[in-house]
Amino acid sequence: MKQVTERPESSSEARSAAGAGPGPAGTQAHNGRTTGPGTAPAATGAATTKPSVDTPPVFEIEKLTVRYGGKLAVHDVSFDITEKRITALIGASGCGKSTFIRSLNRMNDLIPSATVEGSVRYHGQNLYASEVDAVQVRKRIGMVFQKPNPFPKSIYDNIAFGPRVLGMDGNMDEMVERALRRGALWDEVKDRLKTNAFGMSGGQQQRLCIARALATDPDVLLMDEPASALDPISTGHIEDLMFELKERYSIVIVTHNMQQAARVSDMTAFFTVVVDEASGHRHGEVVEYDETEKVFTNPSDERTEAYVTGRVG
Amino acid sequence: MSVAEAPAARAVVRGSSSGARLREILFPAALLLCIGFAMLTLVVLLVDVAVDGIPVLSGEFITGFPSQIFPERSGIQSALVGTLLLMAVCAVFIVPVGTATAIYLEEYADNNRWWNRLIEVNIQNLAAVPSIVYGILGLAFLVRGPLELGRVVLAGALTLGLLVLPVVIIVGREAIRAVPSSIREGSMALGATQWQTIWKQVLPGALPGIATGVILALSRAIGETAPLIVVGAASFARFNPNDLTSDPFSALPIQILAWVQDPQDEFRALAAGAILVLLFLLLLMNAGAIYLRNRFEQKW
Amino acid sequence: MEASSTAAAGGPRPNLSRGRTPRSVGESIIKALLFVAALISIATTVGIVVSLLAETIEFFSQVGILEYLLGTKWTPLAGGDQKSFGVLPLISGTLYLTALGLIVAVPLGLGSAIYLAEYASPRARRIIKPVLELLAGIPTIVLGYFALTFITPVVLQGIFGIEVLIFNALSAGLALGVLILPVVATLADDALRSVPSSLREGAFGLGASKPQVVLRVVFPAALSGIVAALVLAASRAIGETVIVLVAGGASANLGIDPRESFQNMAAFIAQTARGDIAAQSVEFLTIFAVGTTLFVMTLILNAISIRFVRRFQQVYE
Repeated sequence: MKQVTERPESSSEARSAAGAGPGPAGTQAHNGRTTGPGTAPAATGAATTKPSVDTPPVFEIEKLTVRYGGKLAVHDVSFDITEKRITALIGASGCGKSTFIRSLNRMNDLIPSATVEGSVRYHGQNLYASEVDAVQVRKRIGMVFQKPNPFPKSIYDNIAFGPRVLGMDGNMDEMVERALRRGALWDEVKDRLKTNAFGMSGGQQQRLCIARALATDPDVLLMDEPASALDPISTGHIEDLMFELKERYSIVIVTHNMQQAARVSDMTAFFTVVVDEASGHRHGEVVEYDETEKVFTNPSDERTEAYVTGRVG
Repeated sequence: MSVAEAPAARAVVRGSSSGARLREILFPAALLLCIGFAMLTLVVLLVDVAVDGIPVLSGEFITGFPSQIFPERSGIQSALVGTLLLMAVCAVFIVPVGTATAIYLEEYADNNRWWNRLIEVNIQNLAAVPSIVYGILGLAFLVRGPLELGRVVLAGALTLGLLVLPVVIIVGREAIRAVPSSIREGSMALGATQWQTIWKQVLPGALPGIATGVILALSRAIGETAPLIVVGAASFARFNPNDLTSDPFSALPIQILAWVQDPQDEFRALAAGAILVLLFLLLLMNAGAIYLRNRFEQKW
Repeated sequence: MEASSTAAAGGPRPNLSRGRTPRSVGESIIKALLFVAALISIATTVGIVVSLLAETIEFFSQVGILEYLLGTKWTPLAGGDQKSFGVLPLISGTLYLTALGLIVAVPLGLGSAIYLAEYASPRARRIIKPVLELLAGIPTIVLGYFALTFITPVVLQGIFGIEVLIFNALSAGLALGVLILPVVATLADDALRSVPSSLREGAFGLGASKPQVVLRVVFPAALSGIVAALVLAASRAIGETVIVLVAGGASANLGIDPRESFQNMAAFIAQTARGDIAAQSVEFLTIFAVGTTLFVMTLILNAISIRFVRRFQQVYE
C-alpha cells in the first residue's frame, strides 16, 4: 500500500534514472527495448530469448488510456510489442492488465461504458481509427480467456465456428485437423470430434479454445491468464504449446504467475496499481517494459524489483 | 411450569415455556392449513369438473357442432378448431416478435437511453393490463378501425398475441441472460459479428428457455375468454372457419361460456366436457414445457 | 469480400476498414428490425390509450362527466327514462368483489407463502410449487364454472345454508380469491426468500422462537415486497371478467349484501360487447368509458406495485 501511494515521485525518479528525458512512459519503454540489444552481446548465447533489432513491432501502443464509465482503468501506456515473440504482462491484480490486453483486439468495445484514448497501431494501422471495423481486427488478433469457454457444441463445431462465420474457403475437415494439431490436441480428440466439448477436461478445453483461436489463421494470439484455472500439468501443456506457437504467431500473455512469465516470455511489461489520493480510485500504469531476463534479474524500477522478488504481491 | 416462578426467570426461559412451544407447533400447522386449502380447492375443482364433464365426452362431442336446442347432439368441433387456429396464428406472431424484443433488450439496448428504459417499464405495465382492455384494443384497431379485419381468427389471434407478448419477452430475456457472457466473448474474439454471435451462439443456448416462455404464453392465451368476447368470437359456430381472414370463428372458452350461461343442466354438462378438453390441451402444453426444460436445458 | 481476401496472417498492412460491406449494413438492418419489434410493445400501449380515449371523448360529448363519475345508478341499457350513466355502482361493485377476493386470498396466500419460504423442506417445495402453478394456470372461465355450479349451490347454499341468489357476490368473490391466491403465495414467497438469512440467524441468536423470527423479523423485512404482491393481486382481481360475468350476475349494485348479484367493470364491458347494440350508440360507447376507468385504476395500482418492488429491490439487491 505504502509503495503504491508513493508512486508519483518514484515514477519521475524512474524516468530520470532511465535517462529517457522528460518524454512520456512510452519513450522510456522504447528506449528500454532499443538499449536491450545494446547490452545483449555482453550476455551472449541468450539470443533466442532476445528481440532482435530488425524484428518489426506488431503493436505500437501510444498513450493508451482506458476508462470504464468515466473511471480510469489504465492510464497512459506506451510501448511496442514485437512480432513473433511472447510478451508477458505482469502485475498485481487490479492493475489493468486484462483491460489492456482487451484493448489490443477491441474486446473492450463489448462493454458499453468503456472509452479508449490514445492509439494502438497494429502493423502501422491505428485500431481505433474511425474506419476500422472491430470484427476485422478480431479475426486477425485471436484471444484466449482466463476460464476455458468452449461453446456447447461438438469439438469439431467449436473449431469450425470461426472459419464458418468468417466465410473462409477450403476443406473444413482439414482446417479443423490443422487447428487441433497446432493446439496439440489432435491425438487426444481425433476419435471423438463429434462429441460435446463440455465433456473434456479443463486443460483440454483450454487447448481447444487455443486451437479454436488458431483456426481462423490469426497473426496475434492474446492470452488472458490462460492457465490460471488449470492444474500444473495442464499448465505445462499450455506453456509447451506457446513455445511452439511463437514460431508463427506474436503472443501476448497476461499472467499472475511470475515463474510462468519468466519461463515463457521474451519481453515483459510490468503494470502497477496507482491509487488516486483524493478519490481512492485505483487504476493501472506500466512502469517497466524490457526483456524478460532483465526485468526479472536487473529491473530498473524499484517497484518492479519489489514485485518480482516477491516483496509485494 | 409453576405459576409462582418470578417473571424475570420466565422471560429467560420463555423459549421453552409450554405456551411458546405450543405456538411453535400451532403456527406452522396453521400455515400448512392454508396450503392444504389451496390444494383441496384444486382437487375439488378438478373432481367437480370431471364428474360433470366425463359423461358427455365422446367422439361425437369432439366432432359435432354446437346446438342451442339439442344438447345431446352438441359438440365442440368448431370451438376446438377455432382454438387450435388461434393458438397457431398467435404462436406465429409471438415467437418472432417476442424473441426479437427480448434480444433487442438484452443484447443491444443501452440502458442509459430513455427510450430503452421506457420500453422496459412499458412491458412491465402491459403485463398487468386487464385482458378485457386488450379486447377493446382488438375491437378498435383490428376488428374495426385501421386494419378492419372483421370478427375473424386473425383479429382474435393478434389480440391474444399482444396480450401474452410480455410473457414471452420476460421469460425470453431471462433465458438470454442465462447464456454466459464468456460464450459471447469467445465468439466475438473469433471475429464473429454481434449478430452472428447472437444467432449461432446465444439463441441456440437460450432456445429451450424461450420455447418454455412461448408455451407459457400460449397456455395463458388458450384459456382467455374476455378479449375474445369483445373481439366478437361466435358463441355457436355452426361451421369451422375456412380461413383466417373472412369467416366468423369460435373458441373453447367462448363455447364454454355460452354453455355455462345456459340455465339447462344438460348444457352445463357440455360446458364441463369442453372444460375437460381445454384442461387436457393445457396439460399437454405444460408437459411439453417440462419436457423441453429437462431435455434441452443447457447447463453452463 | 475484399477484407477477407487480405486476411492472410502477418500481412504488412492488413485492411481493417469497415467500408460499406454488406455485412456491416446487414448488422445495422438487423438491429433496426429488432428495435422495431421492441416498439410493438410501445405501439400496444399507445393503441390501448388511443382506442380508449377516442371513443371515451365521444361518450362524454353525450353524457356529462359529472353525471358519469358521481351518478349512483348504472342502467345504460335500460329504455327511456330508466337510462342512467352513473358509474359509481360499477366501481363500488368492482372494489367490493376485489375486497371479497382479497379477504380469501391474503391470509391463505400469505400463510402458504410463509410456509413455503420458512418451513417447507426442499422436497415439500417441489410438490407445493407446481400445485400452486397449476392453480394459477386454471383458466378463469373454469373458475367461473366452479363458482356457479359448485361454490354457490353446494358450498354456500348446501353446506353453509346461506340464502344467496344464483348469481351472487360471495361466490364470485370466493372464486376471485382462488384466482389470486397463487399470485399472492408465489410473489410473497419470492419476497420472503430474498430476505437475507443473516437476519434470521441474528434473531435466532438472540433466542427468538421460529414464529417470532418469522413474524417479527422476516415478515417486516419483506413487507414492501409483500405489499407489491398484494397490490398486483388486487389489480388482477379488479380486471377479472369471466368469473364475475358467470357467477356475479349482471346488476350494477351499490349495496354491500354479498348474497346479492353484483357486477364489475370488466364484466359489464364483456356483457355489453356481446349484446346486440349498434356501434356508435351511446350504449356502445359505455364500453370505452368504463374501459378507460378500469385501465386508469389498474395503471395506478401497477405504478404503486412497481414502486414497492423498487423499494424492496433497493434494500436487498
